[in-house]
Amino acid sequence: MADLFFIFWAVIPLIIGYVVGTLLEQKHYASIRKREQEMLDKALVFNLPNAPIMAGAPQLRLVAGSVVVSVDAFKRMAAKLHSFFGGRVTAYESLLDRGRREAILRMREKAHELGATMVFGLRLETSGINNGDPRLTTGIELIAYGTAIIPDSTVTGTAAPWGTRA
Amino acid sequence: MILSTLENLPGLTITQHLGIASGSTVRSKHFGRDIMAGFKNIVGGELKGYTELLNESRLQAIERLKEQAAGMGADAVLNIRFGTSSIAAGAAEVFAYGTAVKVSRV
Repeated sequence: MADLFFIFWAVIPLIIGYVVGTLLEQKHYASIRKREQEMLDKALVFNLPNAPIMAGAPQLRLVAGSVVVSVDAFKRMAAKLHSFFGGRVTAYESLLDRGRREAILRMREKAHELGATMVFGLRLETSGINNGDPRLTTGIELIAYGTAIIPDSTVTGTAAPWGTRA
Repeated sequence: MILSTLENLPGLTITQHLGIASGSTVRSKHFGRDIMAGFKNIVGGELKGYTELLNESRLQAIERLKEQAAGMGADAVLNIRFGTSSIAAGAAEVFAYGTAVKVSRV
Protein backbone atom coordinates (compact mmCIF):
# COMPACT_ATOMS: atom_id res chain seq x y z
CA MET A 1 0.00 0.00 0.00
CA ALA A 2 2.83 2.35 0.91
CA ASP A 3 4.52 1.51 -2.39
CA LEU A 4 1.36 2.29 -4.31
CA PHE A 5 1.10 5.60 -2.51
CA PHE A 6 4.68 6.44 -3.40
CA ILE A 7 4.21 5.56 -7.07
CA PHE A 8 1.06 7.70 -7.14
CA TRP A 9 2.93 10.76 -5.87
CA ALA A 10 5.85 10.15 -8.19
CA VAL A 11 3.81 9.61 -11.34
CA ILE A 12 0.99 12.17 -10.98
CA PRO A 13 3.26 15.26 -11.18
CA LEU A 14 4.91 13.74 -14.26
CA ILE A 15 1.60 13.29 -16.05
CA ILE A 16 0.33 16.74 -15.04
CA GLY A 17 3.67 18.21 -16.02
CA TYR A 18 3.60 16.55 -19.41
CA VAL A 19 0.02 17.46 -20.30
CA VAL A 20 -0.11 21.02 -18.94
CA GLY A 21 3.53 21.69 -19.81
CA THR A 22 3.06 20.69 -23.44
CA LEU A 23 -0.11 22.79 -23.73
CA LEU A 24 1.59 25.83 -22.20
CA GLU A 25 4.58 25.39 -24.49
CA GLN A 26 2.41 25.25 -27.61
CA LYS A 27 0.51 28.32 -26.48
CA HIS A 28 3.74 30.16 -25.77
CA TYR A 29 5.22 29.26 -29.16
CA ALA A 30 2.06 30.47 -30.91
CA SER A 31 2.30 33.80 -29.07
CA ILE A 32 6.02 34.15 -29.86
CA ARG A 33 5.49 33.48 -33.58
CA LYS A 34 2.63 35.96 -33.76
CA ARG A 35 4.59 38.71 -31.97
CA GLU A 36 7.71 38.05 -34.02
CA GLN A 37 5.63 38.54 -37.16
CA GLU A 38 4.27 41.82 -35.78
CA MET A 39 7.77 43.05 -34.91
CA LEU A 40 9.28 41.92 -38.22
CA ASP A 41 10.14 45.39 -39.52
CA LYS A 42 10.23 47.17 -36.15
CA ALA A 43 13.15 47.59 -33.77
CA LEU A 44 15.62 45.52 -35.77
CA VAL A 45 18.27 43.89 -33.61
CA PHE A 46 22.01 43.69 -34.25
CA ASN A 47 24.81 42.46 -32.04
CA LEU A 48 27.35 44.79 -33.65
CA PRO A 49 29.38 46.85 -31.17
CA ASN A 50 29.08 50.08 -33.16
CA ALA A 51 26.01 51.84 -34.49
CA PRO A 52 25.99 53.54 -37.89
CA ILE A 53 26.29 57.30 -38.10
CA MET A 54 22.80 58.72 -38.51
CA ALA A 55 21.54 62.12 -39.54
CA GLY A 56 20.87 64.52 -36.66
CA ALA A 57 21.33 63.52 -33.04
CA PRO A 58 19.78 60.11 -32.40
CA GLN A 59 19.02 59.26 -28.81
CA LEU A 60 20.41 56.15 -27.19
CA ARG A 61 18.66 54.14 -24.51
CA LEU A 62 19.59 51.00 -22.69
CA VAL A 63 16.78 48.48 -23.15
CA ALA A 64 16.42 45.03 -21.65
CA GLY A 65 14.00 42.16 -21.64
CA SER A 66 14.09 39.18 -19.36
CA VAL A 67 12.13 36.12 -18.43
CA VAL A 68 12.49 33.40 -15.82
CA VAL A 69 11.20 30.10 -17.09
CA SER A 70 10.62 27.07 -14.93
CA VAL A 71 11.24 23.48 -15.80
CA ASP A 72 8.20 21.23 -15.54
CA ALA A 73 8.28 17.87 -13.75
CA PHE A 74 8.29 15.86 -16.97
CA LYS A 75 11.15 17.80 -18.52
CA ARG A 76 13.16 17.50 -15.34
CA MET A 77 12.65 13.72 -15.38
CA ALA A 78 13.52 13.52 -19.09
CA ALA A 79 16.69 15.54 -18.50
CA LYS A 80 17.70 13.23 -15.66
CA LEU A 81 17.34 10.24 -17.96
CA HIS A 82 19.33 12.03 -20.65
CA SER A 83 22.13 12.81 -18.24
CA PHE A 84 22.46 9.06 -17.79
CA PHE A 85 22.52 8.13 -21.47
CA GLY A 86 23.89 11.36 -22.92
CA GLY A 87 22.78 13.03 -26.12
CA ARG A 88 20.48 15.91 -26.97
CA VAL A 89 18.19 17.08 -24.21
CA THR A 90 15.38 18.26 -26.51
CA ALA A 91 13.12 19.04 -23.55
CA TYR A 92 15.50 21.78 -22.38
CA GLU A 93 16.33 22.95 -25.91
CA SER A 94 12.79 24.10 -26.58
CA LEU A 95 12.52 25.65 -23.12
CA LEU A 96 15.64 27.77 -23.57
CA ASP A 97 14.74 28.61 -27.17
CA ARG A 98 11.36 30.06 -26.30
CA GLY A 99 12.74 31.74 -23.19
CA ARG A 100 15.40 33.52 -25.19
CA ARG A 101 13.01 34.50 -27.97
CA GLU A 102 10.61 35.83 -25.34
CA ALA A 103 13.38 37.91 -23.73
CA ILE A 104 14.44 39.35 -27.11
CA LEU A 105 10.80 40.12 -27.98
CA ARG A 106 10.25 41.93 -24.68
CA MET A 107 13.36 44.00 -25.30
CA ARG A 108 12.25 44.85 -28.86
CA GLU A 109 8.75 45.75 -27.72
CA LYS A 110 10.25 48.07 -25.12
CA ALA A 111 12.52 49.64 -27.76
CA HIS A 112 9.61 50.06 -30.17
CA GLU A 113 7.57 51.71 -27.41
CA LEU A 114 10.37 54.27 -26.97
CA GLY A 115 10.29 55.02 -30.69
CA ALA A 116 13.50 53.19 -31.57
CA THR A 117 14.00 51.76 -35.04
CA MET A 118 17.05 49.66 -34.21
CA VAL A 119 18.77 47.99 -31.29
CA PHE A 120 22.55 47.65 -31.50
CA GLY A 121 25.07 45.91 -29.27
CA LEU A 122 22.73 43.10 -28.27
CA ARG A 123 23.91 40.80 -25.52
CA LEU A 124 22.32 37.63 -24.24
CA GLU A 125 22.77 36.15 -20.82
CA THR A 126 21.57 32.91 -19.25
CA SER A 127 21.67 32.00 -15.60
CA GLY A 128 20.18 29.26 -13.54
CA ILE A 129 18.39 30.03 -10.29
CA ASN A 130 19.46 27.09 -8.23
CA ASN A 131 20.71 28.22 -4.81
CA GLY A 132 24.21 27.26 -5.86
CA ASP A 133 23.30 23.68 -6.68
CA PRO A 134 22.53 22.86 -10.37
CA ARG A 135 20.46 19.87 -9.29
CA LEU A 136 18.04 22.22 -7.53
CA THR A 137 17.39 24.49 -10.51
CA THR A 138 13.96 26.05 -10.00
CA GLY A 139 14.16 28.48 -12.88
CA ILE A 140 16.34 29.66 -15.71
CA GLU A 141 16.70 33.36 -16.34
CA LEU A 142 17.24 34.61 -19.87
CA ILE A 143 18.18 38.22 -20.42
CA ALA A 144 18.51 40.22 -23.62
CA TYR A 145 19.83 43.76 -23.53
CA GLY A 146 21.14 46.30 -25.95
CA THR A 147 21.17 49.93 -27.01
CA ALA A 148 18.01 51.24 -28.61
CA ILE A 149 18.58 53.90 -31.25
CA ILE A 150 15.86 56.50 -31.43
CA PRO A 151 16.16 58.58 -34.59
CA ASP A 152 16.29 62.35 -34.36
CA SER A 153 12.71 63.61 -34.61
CA THR A 154 13.79 66.90 -36.21
CA VAL A 155 15.24 64.95 -39.11
CA THR A 156 12.46 62.47 -39.69
CA GLY A 157 9.77 65.05 -39.00
CA THR A 158 7.65 62.68 -36.94
CA ALA A 159 6.24 63.57 -33.52
CA ALA A 160 8.51 62.53 -30.66
CA PRO A 161 6.71 60.38 -28.04
CA TRP A 162 9.91 60.00 -26.00
CA GLY A 163 11.28 62.34 -23.36
CA THR A 164 14.69 63.91 -22.98
CA ARG A 165 17.82 61.83 -22.70
CA ALA A 166 18.04 60.06 -19.34
CA MET B 1 23.80 60.11 -18.50
CA ILE B 2 23.93 57.94 -21.62
CA LEU B 3 23.99 54.23 -20.87
CA SER B 4 24.91 51.99 -23.75
CA THR B 5 26.13 48.53 -24.69
CA LEU B 6 28.00 50.03 -27.66
CA GLU B 7 31.74 50.63 -27.90
CA ASN B 8 31.35 54.02 -29.53
CA LEU B 9 28.44 56.40 -29.68
CA PRO B 10 27.24 57.50 -33.11
CA GLY B 11 27.66 61.25 -33.58
CA LEU B 12 29.70 61.65 -30.38
CA THR B 13 33.42 61.46 -29.68
CA ILE B 14 34.95 60.17 -26.49
CA THR B 15 37.11 62.91 -25.00
CA GLN B 16 38.20 61.14 -21.84
CA HIS B 17 38.14 57.62 -20.39
CA LEU B 18 37.48 57.66 -16.66
CA GLY B 19 37.68 53.94 -15.89
CA ILE B 20 35.30 51.21 -14.84
CA ALA B 21 32.03 52.04 -13.13
CA SER B 22 29.98 49.29 -11.56
CA GLY B 23 26.89 48.74 -9.50
CA SER B 24 25.50 45.67 -7.82
CA THR B 25 22.84 44.43 -5.47
CA VAL B 26 22.20 41.20 -3.62
CA ARG B 27 18.57 40.22 -3.24
CA SER B 28 16.80 37.29 -1.72
CA LYS B 29 13.46 35.99 -2.81
CA HIS B 30 10.66 35.95 -0.31
CA PHE B 31 8.69 33.00 0.88
CA GLY B 32 5.47 33.64 -1.07
CA ARG B 33 7.30 33.68 -4.36
CA ASP B 34 8.82 30.30 -3.56
CA ILE B 35 5.46 28.61 -3.06
CA MET B 36 4.30 29.71 -6.50
CA ALA B 37 7.64 28.58 -7.92
CA GLY B 38 7.10 25.16 -6.35
CA PHE B 39 3.80 24.83 -8.19
CA LYS B 40 5.26 26.07 -11.46
CA ASN B 41 7.96 23.45 -11.13
CA ILE B 42 5.34 20.83 -11.86
CA VAL B 43 3.58 22.42 -14.84
CA GLY B 44 6.30 24.70 -16.16
CA GLY B 45 5.81 28.25 -17.39
CA GLU B 46 7.12 31.64 -16.47
CA LEU B 47 8.05 32.42 -12.88
CA LYS B 48 6.70 35.98 -12.94
CA GLY B 49 7.69 36.71 -9.35
CA TYR B 50 11.30 35.89 -10.16
CA THR B 51 11.23 37.87 -13.40
CA GLU B 52 10.01 40.93 -11.48
CA LEU B 53 12.47 40.43 -8.66
CA LEU B 54 15.44 40.19 -11.01
CA ASN B 55 14.22 43.15 -13.07
CA GLU B 56 13.98 45.28 -9.92
CA SER B 57 17.46 44.15 -8.91
CA ARG B 58 18.85 45.02 -12.32
CA LEU B 59 17.30 48.49 -12.17
CA GLN B 60 18.87 48.99 -8.75
CA ALA B 61 22.27 47.87 -10.08
CA ILE B 62 21.96 50.35 -12.98
CA GLU B 63 21.02 53.13 -10.54
CA ARG B 64 24.16 52.45 -8.53
CA LEU B 65 26.24 52.27 -11.70
CA LYS B 66 24.86 55.66 -12.74
CA GLU B 67 25.59 57.15 -9.32
CA GLN B 68 29.16 55.92 -9.39
CA ALA B 69 29.70 57.14 -12.95
CA ALA B 70 28.23 60.55 -12.07
CA GLY B 71 30.63 60.74 -9.12
CA MET B 72 33.50 60.18 -11.54
CA GLY B 73 32.30 63.08 -13.65
CA ALA B 74 31.21 60.89 -16.55
CA ASP B 75 28.45 61.74 -18.97
CA ALA B 76 28.19 58.29 -20.54
CA VAL B 77 28.84 54.68 -19.64
CA LEU B 78 29.78 52.45 -22.55
CA ASN B 79 30.03 48.72 -23.15
CA ILE B 80 27.68 47.91 -20.29
CA ARG B 81 27.40 44.30 -19.23
CA PHE B 82 25.13 42.54 -16.79
CA GLY B 83 25.81 39.47 -14.76
CA THR B 84 23.88 37.31 -12.31
CA SER B 85 25.24 34.85 -9.82
CA SER B 86 23.70 32.69 -7.15
CA ILE B 87 25.93 33.31 -4.18
CA ALA B 88 24.10 31.64 -1.31
CA ALA B 89 20.93 29.73 -0.62
CA GLY B 90 18.03 31.97 -1.61
CA ALA B 91 20.12 34.98 -2.61
CA ALA B 92 21.35 36.21 -5.96
CA GLU B 93 23.72 38.96 -6.94
CA VAL B 94 22.95 41.12 -9.93
CA PHE B 95 25.69 43.41 -11.18
CA ALA B 96 26.26 45.85 -14.00
CA TYR B 97 29.52 47.37 -15.14
CA GLY B 98 30.81 49.55 -17.92
CA THR B 99 33.38 52.12 -18.93
CA ALA B 100 32.73 55.65 -17.74
CA VAL B 101 33.62 58.27 -20.35
CA LYS B 102 33.25 61.92 -21.15
CA VAL B 103 31.83 62.62 -24.59
CA SER B 104 31.24 65.63 -26.78
CA ARG B 105 29.34 66.28 -30.00
CA VAL B 106 31.44 66.03 -33.11
